[in-house]
Amino acid sequence: MINPKLKLNPKIWNDDVEQAPIRKGFGTGLLAAGEADKSIVGICADLTESTQMHLFAEKFPERFVQVGVAEQDLVTVASGMAAMGKMPFTSSYAMFSPGRNWEQIRTTIAYNDQPVVIVGSHAGISVGPDGGTHQALEDIALMRVLPRMIVLAPCDSVEAKKATMALAKLKKPAYLRLAREKSPIITTEETPFEIGKAQIFHETDGIAHVGVIACGALVHNAMKAAHKLEKEGVRVKVMNMATIKPLDTAAVIALAKECGAIVTVEEHQIAGGLGGAIAECLAGSIPTPIEFVGVHDEYGQSGAPLELIEHYHMGVSHITDAIKKVLDRKG
Amino acid sequence: MLTEKKIKELELKANHIRQSIIEALLPAKSGHSAGPLGMADIFTYFYFHALKHDPKNPDWADRDRVVLSNGHICPVLYASMAHAGYFPVEELKTLRKLGSRLQGHPHREWLPGIETSSGPLGSGVSQAAGMALADKMDHGQTATRRIYAFLSDGELQEGNSWEGIMFAGKYKLHNLLAIVDYNNIQIEGYVDDVMPLEPLADKWRSFNWHVLEVDGHDLRAIDEAVEHAHTIFEKPTVILAHTIPGKGVSFMERNYKWHGMPPNAEQAAQALDELKKAEELIKSAQ
Ligand SMILES: Cc1ncc(C[n+]2csc(CCOP(=O)(O)OP(=O)(O)O)c2C)c(N)n1
Ligand SMILES: [Mg+2]
Repeated sequence: MINPKLKLNPKIWNDDVEQAPIRKGFGTGLLAAGEADKSIVGICADLTESTQMHLFAEKFPERFVQVGVAEQDLVTVASGMAAMGKMPFTSSYAMFSPGRNWEQIRTTIAYNDQPVVIVGSHAGISVGPDGGTHQALEDIALMRVLPRMIVLAPCDSVEAKKATMALAKLKKPAYLRLAREKSPIITTEETPFEIGKAQIFHETDGIAHVGVIACGALVHNAMKAAHKLEKEGVRVKVMNMATIKPLDTAAVIALAKECGAIVTVEEHQIAGGLGGAIAECLAGSIPTPIEFVGVHDEYGQSGAPLELIEHYHMGVSHITDAIKKVLDRKG
Repeated sequence: MLTEKKIKELELKANHIRQSIIEALLPAKSGHSAGPLGMADIFTYFYFHALKHDPKNPDWADRDRVVLSNGHICPVLYASMAHAGYFPVEELKTLRKLGSRLQGHPHREWLPGIETSSGPLGSGVSQAAGMALADKMDHGQTATRRIYAFLSDGELQEGNSWEGIMFAGKYKLHNLLAIVDYNNIQIEGYVDDVMPLEPLADKWRSFNWHVLEVDGHDLRAIDEAVEHAHTIFEKPTVILAHTIPGKGVSFMERNYKWHGMPPNAEQAAQALDELKKAEELIKSAQ
């Protein structure tokens, strides 16, 4: 059942559940943060509207900077502006930032400890018809490996707005992962949000058999899988892991202790992503069987977003399969 | 030099390629219109005249190499390749569909005749320069395979572009010819406004390239420029081709909104209607 304490969207199981692109929440969040804090600047590389930074750019043209198609310039200019007291948000597609400019981010933002937020939109396979060159499936790994870097992957546009506003206040090097396609709204304005805090979105009556840890738009598929299995008598908790780094290790360990079996779900390569972070955490504390739902060491291709989610085995049925498999392993 | 007859032939071919671009984009329901239409004359010139290639044997070792750096204009590459005989024209309708060889951005592994995968902008000049240098290592000034790098103006804002341009100047890669689609648009507006490139010819010149400028829709001028480039042995050459984005479809011409949009059914019908009328005009002039 839905965790009643979190005031999630009651229409979550309906076919007509409201949908919005996660990137939209970033756009409205940056606008709101920009109103409150004059040190915030927006910097973009020819993708202002795609990444939804146009809302900020239109309202605050004097605080908006256009670098052209130049992602290395994007983040290094941001580092320089941060050094002079600004709080820069940079945006592009995840494939190009942090995909193209990783070392510049490492040295001039993370190593330098400059408060720059790197916003990578159009992450994941659900980018769709643009194809494999544009589907960032490695960005969580790229950012997670950097000491000091905060990594957020919100589950819907409402949470993305809160994440953006929280990052504006935090003023630390951070990566915010966004998706292009519209996806179901899971949370509400009332749902609490805190960087570094995991939340159980799907609760169980009694001790859970399996714990599912998910991030991004796939949290909805994970919820549906848990809902389906609940009817079959399998008790599944679903944890929304909006902050991949710093990981809420206490929550992860508690879930593993309760369930003794974990499934991770992400629109990312298995190597180095959320699943990797959970495996690192549990291997060092309480080794627990884990099944990983995500992309298994291959590139994406053109196709419709939902078609690709199914094709690359991240659909609801693949999550229920993974849950059953990990239950078997648990014995 | 191109004969009158050849020019008419190429004009007709370019018209068919434009029609194929529209026919491919319509069922794809996403993709880029302006760039591909604007580059149709130049791609026709290369695939049906200048290029040394064999569509039935795409791996032929002595072929010229085509590096499409701005991968998003692949509808014009695919349409040119299909009309040249690399694959059936019918297959163009699979553009951007699951399992198609015609990926949203070109995929070297999937489609024979694609020399390199692209889409992420700005890495074409360096790859083409690498090819040209490798050939010069083996054959020196007598290297006969031409390396053609097709670039866009927007991607000249990438640092990687200028690293490649500097490199090619250093190694005097005479076997490398770059063609820039200078259409003055990118996603967010006119290149001039987003991040100006001018004085562009001077920039290339100062990086030790031979620079030519042409009207990218004038086949005779394109031919003269390419022929002239073959006579330059001491440097690489770039042709800055001034093109009209969306060329041939009145409501798309010069409008940057068409950078990354496909036509809907009604727009496609109007586009094809205009292109068919243009086709009749070309035929009646023959
Ligand atoms: C490295 C990189 N950054 C950003 C993009 C997104 N993008 C795709 S096309 C484009 C505009 C490029 O301008 P241009 O190639 O001149 O476009 P056209 O003339 O075809 O409209 C951008 C920013 C990309 N494909 N690659
Ligand atoms: Mg352009």
